[in-house]
Amino acid sequence: MDLSAINPVLLVASLIVAAVPFLLAAIGELVAEKSGMLNLGVEGMMITGAICGFAAAVQSGSPLTGFLAAAAGGAALSLLYAFLTLATLANQVASGLALTLFGLGLSSKLGRGYVGIKPPASATLDIPVLSDLPVVGRILFSHDVMVYFSFALVAAVWAFLKYTRAGLILRAVGENHDAAHALGYKVKLIRLMAIAFGGACAGLGGAYISLIRVPQWTEGMTAGAGWIALALVVFASWKPWRVLLGAWLFGGVTVLQLNLQAAGIAIPVEYLSISPYLITILVLVVMSADRSRAPASLGRIFHASQ
Amino acid sequence: MLKLEKRRQPSRAWAWGAPVVAVIATILAGGLLFALDGTDPVAVIRTIFWDPLFGQHASFYRPQLLVKAAPLVLIAIGLSLGFRAGIWNIGAEGQYIIGALTGAGCALAFYPMEGWFIFPLMVICGALGGCLWAMIPAALKVVFGTNEILVSLMLVYVAEKILASMSLGLLKNPEGYGFPGSRNLAQYPSAHNAEIVAGTGMHWGVAAALIAVIFAYVLLNRHLLGFQIRLTGEAPRAARFAGVVPARLVVFCLGASGALAGLAGMFEVAGPSGQISIDFNVGYGFTAIIVAFLGRLHPVGILLAGLLMALTYVGGGISQSAQGLPAATIQMFQGMLLFFLLAFDVLTNYRLRLTRREVA
Repeated sequence: MDLSAINPVLLVASLIVAAVPFLLAAIGELVAEKSGMLNLGVEGMMITGAICGFAAAVQSGSPLTGFLAAAAGGAALSLLYAFLTLATLANQVASGLALTLFGLGLSSKLGRGYVGIKPPASATLDIPVLSDLPVVGRILFSHDVMVYFSFALVAAVWAFLKYTRAGLILRAVGENHDAAHALGYKVKLIRLMAIAFGGACAGLGGAYISLIRVPQWTEGMTAGAGWIALALVVFASWKPWRVLLGAWLFGGVTVLQLNLQAAGIAIPVEYLSISPYLITILVLVVMSADRSRAPASLGRIFHASQ
Repeated sequence: MLKLEKRRQPSRAWAWGAPVVAVIATILAGGLLFALDGTDPVAVIRTIFWDPLFGQHASFYRPQLLVKAAPLVLIAIGLSLGFRAGIWNIGAEGQYIIGALTGAGCALAFYPMEGWFIFPLMVICGALGGCLWAMIPAALKVVFGTNEILVSLMLVYVAEKILASMSLGLLKNPEGYGFPGSRNLAQYPSAHNAEIVAGTGMHWGVAAALIAVIFAYVLLNRHLLGFQIRLTGEAPRAARFAGVVPARLVVFCLGASGALAGLAGMFEVAGPSGQISIDFNVGYGFTAIIVAFLGRLHPVGILLAGLLMALTYVGGGISQSAQGLPAATIQMFQGMLLFFLLAFDVLTNYRLRLTRREVA
């Protein structure tokens, strides 16, 4: 074993990259849950985004087109969930599960013929002075555009929820949909938009895995990242900045166990690779002491009788 | 415009009609899907739903139906208990794997000794293994209030890694020329889950599934615990007043579904599969969720739904070789079934009304 082979600067830099899929999917789910919709289909939307983005990027040769297609794919799939829960008033847990099962099947069907292909490379940021700074340059200023986009998205969601009127309405719908309805807000429309946003973000997160982090297409490649993203929202107590923190924690665990595997530590590979899942459980246990932060209408069916 | 109006009483006709309508809708939508894929939809549908039952080689496929349906029904019966009470065990796949590991581990510990007691012991070990694995989310839920959906699901991934580690390490066949995977239990008479009547596919897992259906039926309809489960699902507040202890229900529902999933895994590894290998699990734990809903969380319904789902597995397999239908299409098909079911389910509690748009 040679721990000195692990370079802390590279470790932090790759931690930031590893955190992006969790971050994107979780911030989208956070908005959906803030509006009162518990969408357990994140895993399905991520994997669908992963293959939509991959296919579009390979066909067009442009990663940007890929990401746009991924967002569209994730959002389109999430509309199925929206139809079930908003129009036909189905149970949210069951509908979300259906979305994940369907998405896994859909993605492996769409993905036939894309196995073993390399996607077009995404450009990394290269600012003359900043990127050449000794430590900070490598950690902060030498990533691909999506990393910065995800940070911007977290900031935007935070500002939207905290400072805008639309954000306030969205939170009101999530806290008490009957009161929001009585005030004349279109509960279903607002929830529909929140769900679609969550789907688009999950799609982007999936595409980040297939286009940048891995980068190739294999069946079931998200390997539970969507479920970890769901746990992250609980971990973050439905606060955007804490999602960022949580994503770095999980990114850190993922990267660290990969590095330890590479360094040849004496623990068997199988046991190292279960660590992200165990940490998720641990974090859930610690955070579940405080349930008061959850939106009050989360998971409840809304039916306007008048 | 169309409007949903709440029914005073849930419609009994729709409660049983919705699954049937959902199946028909899925077949139609699936046919469209196959047509888009460039295959003849009528031929595919006939291959999936007709050939395994009445086709030329049906005598070969009919036993396969029982073999596939048994684990689905066993797992779904367990899940349905929890689902009725609003306790969501999504990790049956993990409990299935652990049950198979503990069951096979028990058998391999005795190898090559022969004895009548080995198989019953394996059954107990398999059930215990699955039950203990499900006790993790149950205990965390009861003690810390942790969300059982996420914990039980995370444990699926953990179980898969343990399965990989076991088939490469501890349980690896020492005479297997270095290939991953355990000894084949089919070649170990005391541990082999052989067919009870040769050529019918009727192994002990099928028998266990039928017993589970009967037990679940009696439990839900004739036993106080079953009443408490139904009451908690339908009116949680009333259940509190009636003196239902939620923690006890959580432990029972997760424990029972874990034990049944573990049993399913154990019967599978000792019979149809024969050995522990890296790709031992094939998603029965997740498909069983669809089976449970399609069967309306009712034991008899689940039995029928399990057989139908087994039909899509067997028929899908035939269609793979006959028409080149990809395996993923069947998975999509099953997902679609759940979609349609959830969508049509609304008509059980609501009726559609045509109303004129009014000024608010």
